Amino acid sequence: MGIRERLSGNEAAATAMKQINPDVVAAFPITPSTEIPQYFSTFVDNGQVDTEFVAVESEHSAMSACIGAEAAGARAMTATSANGLSLMWEMVYIASSMRLPIVMSLVNRAVSGPLNIHNDHSDAMGVRDAGWIMLFSETNQEAYDNLLMAHRIAENEKVLLPLMVCQDGFITSHSIENIELLEDAKVKEFVGEYHPKHYLLNKKEPIAMGPMDLQAFLFEHKYQQAEAMCNAKQVILDVAKDFEKLTGRKYGFFEEYKLDDAEIAIVCMNSTAGTTKEVVDSLREKGIKAGLLKVRVFRPFPAEEISKALAHVKAVAVLDKADSLNGVGGALFTDVTSGMQVNGVTVPTSSYIYGIGGRDTTTKEIESVYKDLMEDSKKGKIENPYRYLGLRKE
Amino acid sequence: MAYNVKEVVADKPSRFTSGHRMCAGCGAPPVARMILRALKPEDHAVIANATGCMEVSSFIYPYTAWTDSYIHTAFECAGATLSGVEAAYKSMKKQGKLPDDEHTKFIAFGGDGGTYDIGIQSLSGAMERGHDMTYVCYDNGAYMNTGIQRSSATPKFADTTTSPAGSVIPGKMQSRKDLTEIMEAHHLPYVAQTAAYLNFKDLYEKAEKAIYTEGPTFLNVLAPCPRGWGYPTEDLMQINKLAVETCYWPLYEIENGKYKINYKPAKKLPVEEFLKPQRRFKHLFKLGNEWMIEEFQNEVDRRWEALLKLEEMSNKE
Repeated sequence: MGIRERLSGNEAAATAMKQINPDVVAAFPITPSTEIPQYFSTFVDNGQVDTEFVAVESEHSAMSACIGAEAAGARAMTATSANGLSLMWEMVYIASSMRLPIVMSLVNRAVSGPLNIHNDHSDAMGVRDAGWIMLFSETNQEAYDNLLMAHRIAENEKVLLPLMVCQDGFITSHSIENIELLEDAKVKEFVGEYHPKHYLLNKKEPIAMGPMDLQAFLFEHKYQQAEAMCNAKQVILDVAKDFEKLTGRKYGFFEEYKLDDAEIAIVCMNSTAGTTKEVVDSLREKGIKAGLLKVRVFRPFPAEEISKALAHVKAVAVLDKADSLNGVGGALFTDVTSGMQVNGVTVPTSSYIYGIGGRDTTTKEIESVYKDLMEDSKKGKIENPYRYLGLRKE
Repeated sequence: MAYNVKEVVADKPSRFTSGHRMCAGCGAPPVARMILRALKPEDHAVIANATGCMEVSSFIYPYTAWTDSYIHTAFECAGATLSGVEAAYKSMKKQGKLPDDEHTKFIAFGGDGGTYDIGIQSLSGAMERGHDMTYVCYDNGAYMNTGIQRSSATPKFADTTTSPAGSVIPGKMQSRKDLTEIMEAHHLPYVAQTAAYLNFKDLYEKAEKAIYTEGPTFLNVLAPCPRGWGYPTEDLMQINKLAVETCYWPLYEIENGKYKINYKPAKKLPVEEFLKPQRRFKHLFKLGNEWMIEEFQNEVDRRWEALLKLEEMSNKE
């Protein structure tokens, strides 16, 4: 049986890291993820983990050190937010191209500028094409569970890609919630040991990593990354199945909340799903068939499965907590709608940009989206698909 | 045992092999070869390399010139990358995940671009954190890989593609940064400046000391560039010699704060002799530009005198 606790999202992430007991953690403080390396260095200094903690001088060096450590044959982890991830950006791409299953806790925050420390998803969206598996978490429990599943997915030999677990800065990272933890021994057994095939510290087989890779081979190497990302889909489901056996908690590519008979639906990620569920329940009481699709796996993007899950709905709103500033809509919106198009699903769909820079998103605002969807579903078409939710009136 | 270059070369096969694509007359490959020869044959090494000439010419997929384990990630982070490797080693050793009887040494190579400039933060961080590694800067005094752009290691007045000797501004107008002293300011157990001179003795002995001193150590090695400096490829060793004999590039080391100048020329040559064979200083020898040579000489003298004082002061009881 699990251990009942009350932890903040950052504590949950740090606790997961403690139980995973990675060989190396390299991190640099940045709000709102600072607490993760803080808690973790306490575990290190009190001898609760075997980890070498590298207190780097920047996030660029955090990711560089993680790459070095993972290439050396170790399990390496880090945590960051917003501008920290922006500074890492170069190395984020290099990590995935070197096929190193590094695991990162990304506590989502608005990327500058102007400077803002609160939650949105612009940091994560800035690395969505970087070749990392990206899992999103509605609650502290999900942030913890996703981290426990992370290494099994990332280190699978058909995958070998880095993975980031996202959660909302402050909203979950600093909110204390009830959580069910696994016993240390169970985590150890579930996560397993890391035995890379090739690594720098293997004296018997020296290896050169990170070549100059020109016209002759880079294309094929990128194709291999693409293949690995496709392979990750099945592995994510397999690991989730094992995790369910252990904990009873079920995970897939996404969660469908009262979606099977819904006429109008919202698609969103992370903590906003909680607010949306509340609204769905109250609308259902009024006889309105509202539903929710909460995306957990954003990379690889389960386009076909999402399209199928939404095929029966009359109107969809995709909520993006970051604008792509492309004149079209948010990143999740363009992924969902292009997925629908390719899979022959025609449902009127609109993009809502919301919650930028930590702007609170209320149940009233979510209700207004469902109200819009009712109108849209009556019309059967969308006239202004690129919308902003919760802007100041003056 | 006294150093004998023939014995060292005969006894220790090169761990940086032929077949790499660096230019003829480049100062970097002999430096890399000799530094790696300073490793005990039984020891494994992990080499980290900053992006630069050495990296793009020695590891073009699927070929590598490195017989030890090797990692390249990006331009500015050889220090941080290798600190991750070293942390992994420490952690895995402690946990019994690596054989007890095996020893791995950690050596980073970066050019002056990757070390003095874009990589100085990563280097400084790695040194301050005390990782057990040796960072080697092969200093060719400009961004040679991208086509000879000025760096903070470029000497004053040098003609580079971003500090061209123009009709108004006669080359780079700033003096070079003294990285060796910046590294000493980290209070490392061992910091040295060296060059491939006098049968590589100075270079070899300093490499050995740096690699086998516990903790972070730093070597700044002169590595002339025939394309950027403009000398005939066969004159590489002559250029090295003139850099040392003019005291433009003093050979010295600092062990736990104590300075030792390893070579004091019996007769210090005028800096002109170092400048003259190089195309990048050609404009200094035009009529009316004598002031530039004079200024260059004054700066060399000032730094040499300062170094002599540091040696004297740090050795006072």
